[in-house]
Amino acid sequence: MNYNFDFSFIGQYWPSLLDGLWISAEMSAVALIGGFLLGVMLAVARTQGSPTVRRLATGFVDLTRNTPLIVQTFWLFFGLSALGFLVPAIAAAVVALAVNTSGYTCEIVRAGIDSVHYGQKEAAACLGLSRSQVMRNVVLPQAIEKMYPALISQFVLVMLATSIMSQISVEELTAVGLQIQTRTFRGFEAYLVIAAIYLVMSWLLRVIMNLCYNVAFPRQRHISQARSTFRPGAPAPSDTSIATGARP
Amino acid sequence: MIMGVTSGQWFFILQGAGWTLILSLLGFVGGTVVGLPVAVFGTSNSRVLRILTGGYVKLIQGIPLPVVMFICYFGISIAGYDLPALVAAGIAMTLYSSAFLGEIWRGCIEAIPKTQWEASESLALGKIQVLTSVILPQAFRVAIPPTVGFLVQIVKNTSYAVVIGFFDLTYSSRVINNSTFKPFVIFTAAALIYFAMCYPLSVLSYRLERKLKRHSRL
Amino acid sequence: MNSTVQFQNVRKCYGHNEVLKGISFDVPKGSVVALIGQSGSGKSTALRCINGLEEIHGGELYVCGRALHEKNCDITALRLQVGIVFQSYNLFPHLTVEKNITLAPRKVKRTAPKEARELAAHVLSQVGLADKAGEYPDQLSGGQQQRVAIARSLAMQPELMLFDEVTSALDPQITGEVLKVIEGLAKDGMTMVLVTHEMGFASAVADQIIYMREGVVWEAGDGNLLKHPSTPELQQFISNGL
Repeated sequence: MNYNFDFSFIGQYWPSLLDGLWISAEMSAVALIGGFLLGVMLAVARTQGSPTVRRLATGFVDLTRNTPLIVQTFWLFFGLSALGFLVPAIAAAVVALAVNTSGYTCEIVRAGIDSVHYGQKEAAACLGLSRSQVMRNVVLPQAIEKMYPALISQFVLVMLATSIMSQISVEELTAVGLQIQTRTFRGFEAYLVIAAIYLVMSWLLRVIMNLCYNVAFPRQRHISQARSTFRPGAPAPSDTSIATGARP
Repeated sequence: MIMGVTSGQWFFILQGAGWTLILSLLGFVGGTVVGLPVAVFGTSNSRVLRILTGGYVKLIQGIPLPVVMFICYFGISIAGYDLPALVAAGIAMTLYSSAFLGEIWRGCIEAIPKTQWEASESLALGKIQVLTSVILPQAFRVAIPPTVGFLVQIVKNTSYAVVIGFFDLTYSSRVINNSTFKPFVIFTAAALIYFAMCYPLSVLSYRLERKLKRHSRL
Repeated sequence: MNSTVQFQNVRKCYGHNEVLKGISFDVPKGSVVALIGQSGSGKSTALRCINGLEEIHGGELYVCGRALHEKNCDITALRLQVGIVFQSYNLFPHLTVEKNITLAPRKVKRTAPKEARELAAHVLSQVGLADKAGEYPDQLSGGQQQRVAIARSLAMQPELMLFDEVTSALDPQITGEVLKVIEGLAKDGMTMVLVTHEMGFASAVADQIIYMREGVVWEAGDGNLLKHPSTPELQQFISNGL
């Protein structure tokens, strides 16, 4: 194979890459927050709602989790255009992403809610707290703390999923690759560079989320959290990495 | 003509669905062939092997699948081969599945209590025998629910192959949409076809997991 | 009505299983009642009926002037008057000791943050843990956690306190510190119902001891009941416990 790698395009195209990166980051942030909030609402609906509410929420979650994101996006984007609403592609993209991730977030949070011992709910109710107060102050904080590793993985997936939005002409990072390919025929190198940028973004996102965890949940339970095996897709830490962890 | 789409066009869409199934199968088989060593080496005593497999998994899991597809596609053409998009998509799906399946299965192997290793080693079984006769059979049982669950992801994620022009269900439905401009009809139909493929697997995975939990309480 | 709690022929079923077969007793204001008996006798169930954790299916139950057997009974309002401490403490692990105690006063009674903190400090010193306000539950021993649980219920200033086998999960050496706190509350005139296995404690502190067996009140008497049991079953129960 005689191939001369040529990364010189970076010199000319790094502004485009940065612009694309920025759009990807923006989309991720909005979709993550929206999807998370929607997912929590769905989880509460599925655990606390009336039978009709539960069935609707379950149906919604099943639908979004068993159809591909890109089909959901096409449905939304092309559908809205056909109805005459000229939504900007990026808006449709963010909504589709948020809706898609809400299904997964719902299941993660729901598993967390179910894992909170019923004695906690009993004790809180016996102190006079209303059902919504119990949920907000006692159940959800513990649920989210327990499910945090799974949430981090889900968030990284959302960030990576922004990549497909180039299919509805959103000028995000992956779209720049095609741009570079058509003008310099260095598609292979371009996508290698883009892959590297996504890797850095994934790593950065995990770092930021871990920081948020330390701020939101100041308890010294990191040691026990690291032992939790509920981390689909993330390698389990080796035992030697567990800190000596001061337990007074 | 059903709902503004001709039967010929419907047939076109269904052909795409057929290729979706084929690519899913390719992805699963490839992912198993590559993923099993990844899982086993990921639990080995050799730190080098663990770092290599861990690095491989982190690498694939940190890159979007469309980008992996592009890299495979352009990689094949600059290597001098003129192959259909199916090959590139197949390789990409294999890489993707192997990383995730490898991680899932590694977790299942590590879920087998250390005492099983100790007991079998004390019976003078060699490393490979311990794995094949004691550990892997047990890990296999534990692995079935999440593996079936991941199959759903494979089927859905074949839709990303559309970026390299692979003729799957998403591609065929978009083509028809471009000529009929009936997105709600077409993409709802496509969604329903994906749902019909994925939902049974999701339900199966859930039921298997419940069954496994009940058994393990004994 | 001078009684804080009045059971009148109360019945309760779990499916086809009748757990309470018509029990009747009174808890006068300011008194301490101990419910004793084997597991499955219905004593914990009876206790949990008092604050509405369990529903009753027959008879009448009056607590703090409310009729629990009626459909429209406001359980949430009742729980402001009745405090309960559980065997497994059920402290909120994600909150500090102080926040555990101030959560309900702030959210339910809309107490101001400063007042709530002062209240927490007061109840914590009542249970002897004034210096633990900033710690998390899993940093405390079992006995300390149970005392925090008591403080948490006290912070709502209830008229009636329920204790559901609160020392059963503790090491024998540390049950003493919890029992001391309960004894202190009794001396201060708190109306209490205890489900307990601690016979000595029941005799020392209770004004009324009720021995339950198979869902009925088998024998009842004052604090000296355990010294002078009438029925052979209670005699057997006491000698098994010694």
